[in-house]
Amino acid sequence: MKKTVFLGALTVAGLVAGAAAASTLDDVKARGKLNCGVSTGLVGFASPDANGRWEGYDVAVCRAVAAAVLGDKDAVEFVPLSSKTRFTALNSGEVDMLARNTTWTLSRDVDLKMEFVGVNYYDGQGFMVPKSLGVTSAKDLDGATICVQVGTTTELNLADYFRANNISYEPVPVENNAESQQQYLSGACDTLTTDRSALAATRAAFEKPDDHVVLPEIVSKEPLGPLVRHGDNAWGDIVRWTLNALISAEEFGITAANADELAKGTGNPEINRILGTEGTLGEMLGLDAGWAKAAIKASGNFGEIFEANVGESTPIGLSRGLNALWTDGGLIYSPPFR
Amino acid sequence: MTTMTDPPKASFRLSMLLYDTRYRSITIQVIAMIALMLGALWLINNVRVNLALAGKPFEFGFLFESSGYEINQKLIEYSSQSTHLRAAAVGLLNTLLVATLGCIAATFLGVFVGVLRLSKNWVVSRLAAVYVETFRNVPLLLWISLSVVAYSHTLPEPREFRGDNPAATMSIFDSVAVTNRGVYAPEALFENSLGKASVLWDSLNIHLDWVAILSVLVSGLIVSSLIARRATNIQNATGVRPSTWHIRMAVVIIPPVIVALILGFHLGYPEMTRFSFKGGMLIRGSLIALWLALTLYTAAFIAEIVRAGIMAISKGQSEAAGALGIRPGKIMSLIVLPQAMRVIVPPLISQYLNLTKNSSLAVIAGYMDITSTLGGVTMNQTGRELESILLLMLCYLAISLSISSVMNFYNERTKLRER
Repeated sequence: MKKTVFLGALTVAGLVAGAAAASTLDDVKARGKLNCGVSTGLVGFASPDANGRWEGYDVAVCRAVAAAVLGDKDAVEFVPLSSKTRFTALNSGEVDMLARNTTWTLSRDVDLKMEFVGVNYYDGQGFMVPKSLGVTSAKDLDGATICVQVGTTTELNLADYFRANNISYEPVPVENNAESQQQYLSGACDTLTTDRSALAATRAAFEKPDDHVVLPEIVSKEPLGPLVRHGDNAWGDIVRWTLNALISAEEFGITAANADELAKGTGNPEINRILGTEGTLGEMLGLDAGWAKAAIKASGNFGEIFEANVGESTPIGLSRGLNALWTDGGLIYSPPFR
Repeated sequence: MTTMTDPPKASFRLSMLLYDTRYRSITIQVIAMIALMLGALWLINNVRVNLALAGKPFEFGFLFESSGYEINQKLIEYSSQSTHLRAAAVGLLNTLLVATLGCIAATFLGVFVGVLRLSKNWVVSRLAAVYVETFRNVPLLLWISLSVVAYSHTLPEPREFRGDNPAATMSIFDSVAVTNRGVYAPEALFENSLGKASVLWDSLNIHLDWVAILSVLVSGLIVSSLIARRATNIQNATGVRPSTWHIRMAVVIIPPVIVALILGFHLGYPEMTRFSFKGGMLIRGSLIALWLALTLYTAAFIAEIVRAGIMAISKGQSEAAGALGIRPGKIMSLIVLPQAMRVIVPPLISQYLNLTKNSSLAVIAGYMDITSTLGGVTMNQTGRELESILLLMLCYLAISLSISSVMNFYNERTKLRER
């Protein structure tokens, strides 16, 4: 009898323990490491370099958050996730945030219980074909065999686009970018479809990039950005404002090189507030005053990150286009630091 | 003189539950059972509470929403407008297809290799041993990957069939194209088609042409077996068996051919279009590669089972058969194998189950089985992990239990009856 009561008490205790969860910020600080979900390998966005160090456009966001929270841009555990496993990994707490070219959609935001904190790349879905096929438009792709990564918005857009244009295709489902590249190059599919930035990155890794063309059609809007779990708003705020700090830094001319110099105090109150010499913005986020400075110093401001990883001087050679600052005619815009 | 008295009737006391050996084991079992049930209850409740906290109620409504994705190999009609449930059904049929093909091929290959391993020819038996040891000692995952890569890299691309002087040509009278996307073969078409019939609340469309041909074929087979029975009766009565094979063959073959001709049967050949072949029937490379890997891997295990089964049969059996002048091939097929089946069938069942469950590795080959549809795309697009995985487990459980019940029935039929 007593045993049953004891077991009952144990059950209740276990239940309470199971239901209560500590805040992500406390978890990260206690661990001393940020677990960041990234792509399994997409040159320019997230891939390990020759020394096994993760580099890329998305990786830079992880490093900036780690720097803001922990003060160390290398305190990141990169977890490579396939498009299929990423949401489960985030929801189960395996990673604290995702920076993995993930499209912001309503159903992911609402139904999958994700929280998108912003957009770091405005993209659109495109198609790549070998030049020798002589295809000039996506509408010519009737009957083509198309390699598409499973579990992506790409897969759904593809079905929509072909249905809207009343043409048919044969999908070849692939797990990750490396596999789709291999299938495409072996001729197992005629066309590769994914976000145009990823197509450019993939093409840059080919032996003969000039033998392949990216078709002009952009069949979807793909706003890619970092995301966190639904339900921990304080943590979402930190990731959101870290990204905004990088964007504002570009707008106000704060770079990795001059951040320390400007942190001594400037005549611009907004720069002072970002760098923590004025106001208590860091404290409001639960971080120290120099959080944004650390984030900017991690890999530079938004523009520096873009140019270093995917910009025109790199083999991927993406132009800023929509991803220029709003002041330069792009869509990248940060709410004010106030 | 002794008086017999009953032993004193001890009244039951609570402490006896612990100290009386008659009750102790029951007490322990009851407590263990309660603990187990509480543990299970706690786990279930924990899942429920946490799902509710995450705002994800446990429900299956998502199965009836439109799926939004395409599937390449579909045995029933399906489009991106169909429901997730139908996508799961398409995947289930694909799983069953590759499992059935795999089981059949692995059985033939396994029996063949198992017999070869016992061959007196040194080279042949060593070769069989090398095959068995290589295949069963390397993970299946690697065999599937190898088979996929080998398939897509060694065979010609469809575009190599194009042009005046193509690098690759079609085989078998220009009707079959073997490419790295799959095998394009001619398909059966009917000029005066009977059309299709919808059954099961419009969820399935059946080609009436095939129904007609199959029903004529089946009735031919029934008539043929009646003729055979009559022949046996005559043989029993007169001792002479009338020759009936030509009549039986005619009864089976001629009616379906006539029906096919009436329906206007002809072959639709695959033709080269801008990207690839169109028309005809495509057996996809993903299916072939997966089938090949599953077959080769499982056949290695079946070969060992067959070898064990044959070795379990007393040598006297084959020696006796040899003394009667029966040839070695006949000894194997008529004397040894039928008896060996009793030993072979039970472990063979578990190999069939393994093959079916291993087919869930299909995703590596890009084959859309149920793990790729329900447990892959659907789960990922809807975010219903728990529901999808539970359904998936239920599907595999149902398939496995059906296979083992059929095989157990067969085992019951063939096992040694002791009288």
